[in-house]
Order: sequence, then structure tokens, then C-alpha cells
Amino acid sequence: MTAKTTWTTDSGPDSLLEVRDLRTWFELRRWGFLPAGFVRAVDEVSFELRRGEAVAFVGESGSGKSSLARTLLGLYQPTGGEVIFAGRNLQSLNRAEQLHYRARVGYVQQDPYGALPPFMSVGRILAEPLIVHGISSRAERRRRINEALEEVRLTPADDFLPKFPHMLSGGQQQRVVIARALILRPAMIIADEPVSMLDASVRVEILNLLHTIRTSHNLTLAFITHDLATVRHFAERIFVMYAAKVVEKSEVNELVDRPQHPYSQALLAAIAEPDPANADRVRVIPGGEPPSLISPPPGCRFHPRCPHAIPELCDREMPPEFEPRPGHFAACWLHR
Amino acid sequence: MAAGNLLRVDDFCLFYRTSGGIGRAVDGVSFELERHQAMVVLGESGCGKSSLGRGLLRLLPRNVETCTGRIFLDGIEISAFTDERFRSEVQWVRIAMVMQAAMNALNPVVRVGEQVAEPLLVHRGWSRARALARAAEVFSLVGISADFLRRYPFELSGGMRQRAVLAMALITEPDLVILDEPTSALDVLTQAGIMNVLKRIKRELGTSFILITHDVATSSEIADRVALMYAGQFVELAGAADFFLRPAHPYAKLLLASIPRLHQEKRPEFITGQPPSLLSLPAGCRFAPRCPSRFGRCAENPGLMTLLDGRQVRCWLYAEGLQQ
Repeated sequence: MTAKTTWTTDSGPDSLLEVRDLRTWFELRRWGFLPAGFVRAVDEVSFELRRGEAVAFVGESGSGKSSLARTLLGLYQPTGGEVIFAGRNLQSLNRAEQLHYRARVGYVQQDPYGALPPFMSVGRILAEPLIVHGISSRAERRRRINEALEEVRLTPADDFLPKFPHMLSGGQQQRVVIARALILRPAMIIADEPVSMLDASVRVEILNLLHTIRTSHNLTLAFITHDLATVRHFAERIFVMYAAKVVEKSEVNELVDRPQHPYSQALLAAIAEPDPANADRVRVIPGGEPPSLISPPPGCRFHPRCPHAIPELCDREMPPEFEPRPGHFAACWLHR
Repeated sequence: MAAGNLLRVDDFCLFYRTSGGIGRAVDGVSFELERHQAMVVLGESGCGKSSLGRGLLRLLPRNVETCTGRIFLDGIEISAFTDERFRSEVQWVRIAMVMQAAMNALNPVVRVGEQVAEPLLVHRGWSRARALARAAEVFSLVGISADFLRRYPFELSGGMRQRAVLAMALITEPDLVILDEPTSALDVLTQAGIMNVLKRIKRELGTSFILITHDVATSSEIADRVALMYAGQFVELAGAADFFLRPAHPYAKLLLASIPRLHQEKRPEFITGQPPSLLSLPAGCRFAPRCPSRFGRCAENPGLMTLLDGRQVRCWLYAEGLQQ
């Protein structure tokens, strides 16, 4: 492994990314002139990511975690709120600065096969971002590509450069995706379900790789995932999302040992581990399903399914974020 | 054959013709399944577990090169049946299957109730009203309100569609249901809900299950026995407690160590290397190239060895004299 090198040139405060009251809403197809409403994919989400830390956003499908990732990547325009990266508000960037921002944030997609163009060789796939970002020297590109392939342990690089995605295994494809995310030397990587398409025995290998890369370059890593058990070993903090909102934020062990939000408690109780005793156990799971993001219920969005809902409070008022334990935040009226 | 065995499979082989040669997807699988039992066929992608499930029900693609072996259901050799007889007496009558991603294969323009009731119309010749009334009963069994019979698939959530597909498999009251990855595309809470339903059906109806999955953790929710598959073969066949708590085959040990646990500080570990291609299998033990305990004898092909506790393991470490 190379010595610890920080690619970040904009050394600054400890905080890398700050998100305040972020909203990403999608307008439904209009019916004539009348607006039909909005899908509130991300709704008033606030958090801060520090340099070099690994944070997992955990939630079920439809909780808004992928929309959040794509908003942070600048692929979706936020409807409201602010995203501040290294001290600069994203909305205030001009085109050149936007391009620079995209180089600072890498993206690891969920489905590696779908994320790699099938008609491009690995060498071509990795050269593309360098060309877009104006690295015109062929030798320099070659050097950076080799470096990235070494970083993801696809060595010797010459063996992999002419290969096409279909010639690689799932794990190798995901390594190419990671190499592509790294090639512009970002300060942050957003990984959207980076291992959910891979076999169990390969998952840990990829997560170990991401961990090594993160620590050796002091990268901030944002995992988007539904798999708490896997990410628990590879993230430092966990943010739990439910119905477009972050309902709980905490350091990993604290969250796993003392979940404070009833939704997180339900989620943790539902996670299976390989244990033959499971066969005699009926898991208690909250009834119902996550609410519609077009017309979410008033008050706390989990209250229709919550076993502890307080009448006339949880069904009326949106709970603010409380801090029941130091550094552990939960948006739940039980902690008022 | 021992009484009470619902299914017996002897030396089942299923090879495909591909452009790269013969793919040995299932290579000599034998097992017995008792009534009211759930057996999990566990394996990673490409190990042949789905081919095994489909092969048992004769739902095969066209490029099958060989499909051999004997299958007995209640002592009757169903593998000797003609296709016609197999379809009318076995498929969906005695053995039903929930295909992988079946919930996404529901017909979008037909009401869910009609689709669930269809096996009764086709296989039993029931009237529509009677079949729909039965569908309503099965819906309540899998935990969906009977109101949903009249809905279209897009009006149902993923979890409800999966339950509907399960209802479709159960509606003819088969003795055996083969489930191919029934929960892998679902969220954690939905998964737990489906597993609860399967447990209840197993207890209340006494249905036997073969659950095909790559998900070790979820498989422990229902397994009475576990068959671990690697490169087309069973490498370990054991009771659930033995398998999950005391795995014997080196692959089983490594696989279990690669599963992250919520309340355990130890980081999971990965298995180096990749499974062999089913087109060109290594001569000896198929796991040997990745195995940390391989030794000289692994160049020969190990057979399944039965240990003292009754489990079967395909590994030379457990050959006579080496057994602990």
C-alpha cells in the first residue's frame, strides 16, 4: 500500500460536507394546469460529514437514501435547503466549479455490470473521466490509470486494461467501478449499495478495500445501504432514514446497542443472523408499510406503525431532533 | 426406502450446452426430504442451485444436454413419468415452485386474484367463483386482506406481491413447495414478514419446503437441514444446528465466517479466489484452489463422506483415519 497521501488540496476545517434542511421533491405529472403534487424523496434532512469518516445511510427501499445520494452528487437539483461542500454552497457554483465539484466526489454504483459501458475496455472506462477533466497527456493518463488499478488490486494492470466488463467477475467489475470513482482523486466517495449485488464471500473483500482506500487517503465515505449488519463493521456513524427523513443519527456501536427510535429498534430486531434458533422464533415486526411520499401522514411519519405512538402528539406534530444520549440524535417524541 | 420420505433424489445431473462447452450446473446431487421438513439449498451465484430447483420440476430451458438421475415422490419414481403425466400429476399438483423474482413476473393487466386462482382452473377444472373463494382463503393465510384479490399487481407493494406469488404456489395444497430466492429483493422488515408466513405455513399446513438461497442468515430462519452447494455439487448436507453452529466443510466454515453479525465485534472475513467455471472444472476437489486446508489428496475427487453425527461432507479431511 502506498504511504498515507491526502489527495485533498483544500485543507480546511474538520467538516467536509454540511447539509441543511435539504429537500429533493419531484413534481408529479401535471393534469392540465393544476399541479398534481410532489414526491418528497428527501424532506428536510440535515447532517454533517467530517473529513475521513465513514457514514452509512441505512433505510428501506423508498426511504429516500438513493435520492439523497444523487442530490449530493449534483445529479438532482435540490428543491430547497443547502449543500455546503468544503465551505462552498453547491448552488452558488458556476459551470467550471461544478465540474470541479464532480471531480471531488466519486460515485460507486450499486450494480457494477450496469454501471460499466459494455463496449468499452477497462482502460477506456478509466481514461474517460481523465479526458473529461482535461488531462490531455496520454502518459499522465496512463500513469493515473495504473495507479487506480493498483489501488483496487487489479494487478498487473496490463492484464486488465484491454478487458471488457463481461470478461470480469462481479467483484472485479465492482473494483473497476471503484477505480473509476477514485481516478480523479476525490475527497469524498458516495457508494450506493456497493455490495448488494455481490456474493456474500466477495462482499467483505470489497468493503475491506473501500476501508483501506478511505483510511490511506483520508477520504470521506458515505455508504447508502439497507444492510445494517454488513455496514456496521465498516462505518463509524449510522444515519437511519425513514420516509425521506433522517430519524436517527449516532455512532455505530451506540446505535446497534441502544437504538432510540422505534423504527431503528424494529429494523435491528428484524435482522437475521445465521442461527438455528431462528427457526423457532417469530419476529415481531411493525404492521403496515412505509407511507406514501406524495401525501405523508401528519406528525411523525412512523406513527401509524409505531407501537409507542403517543396519541394527539405523534399524529399531529413532526418530532424535532432530540439528543437522548450524548452524540446520539433521534427524531422521536419519546425523548422529549 | 425409509417410510415418511416425501422426496428422494438419486444422482441428479443437469448439464447445459453452451457456446463454451458443456456446463455442469448440477453434477450428481442426491438427497432425501422428509415430510414437514424444510431443506435449504445454500450457495453462491452460479453454483447450480436454481438449476437444481427447476430441474426437479422439469422446468428446463432448451439447451439441456443431459438431465439424468432418479426422483421419487412418496416412493413413486416421478422421473420416469412422461411429460404429459408429470404435468398433470406432479407440477403444481404435488410440487409447486416460487420462481426467482416471480413477484415481478405477475401479469400487469390481470387482477391478482385471477392469477392466484389460475392453477385451480387449469389443474383442477374448478369454477371461477369457487377458485376465487379459495384464493381468498389462501390470501388470509399468507397475510393479505381478501380485498386485494381485485387489485392489479402495480397496486401492491413488493412484500404483498411476494405473498401473492406464494399464495399462487400454495393454492393447490402441494406437498412440497420449492422457493427460489423468495426474499432476496425485499427489505429487511418485509423479509422478516415473509419468513414469518413461511414458518406459519410449515407449522399449520405441514408443507415441506426446499428453499434455494444465497442468504445464509435468512436461510437459518426456516431450515431443518442445509445443503451447501459449490460448483454443481453438494459439499455439505447437515442438520441446521450442526451446519450453523459446527460447520464441517472448509467452504462452509469460511462462508459462515464471511457473514457479518450485528452483535459481534469481529470483522467478517472473505474467501479469496473465485468459484471455478462450470465449463472447466478442476480435476480433484472443486474447492481445493481456494481452500486453506488443502493437501495432497485434494487432487483426487472426494466423494460425500458420512460422519458419525450423520452429516455428509465432501472433503478428504473427513476421510477415515483423519476424522477427529
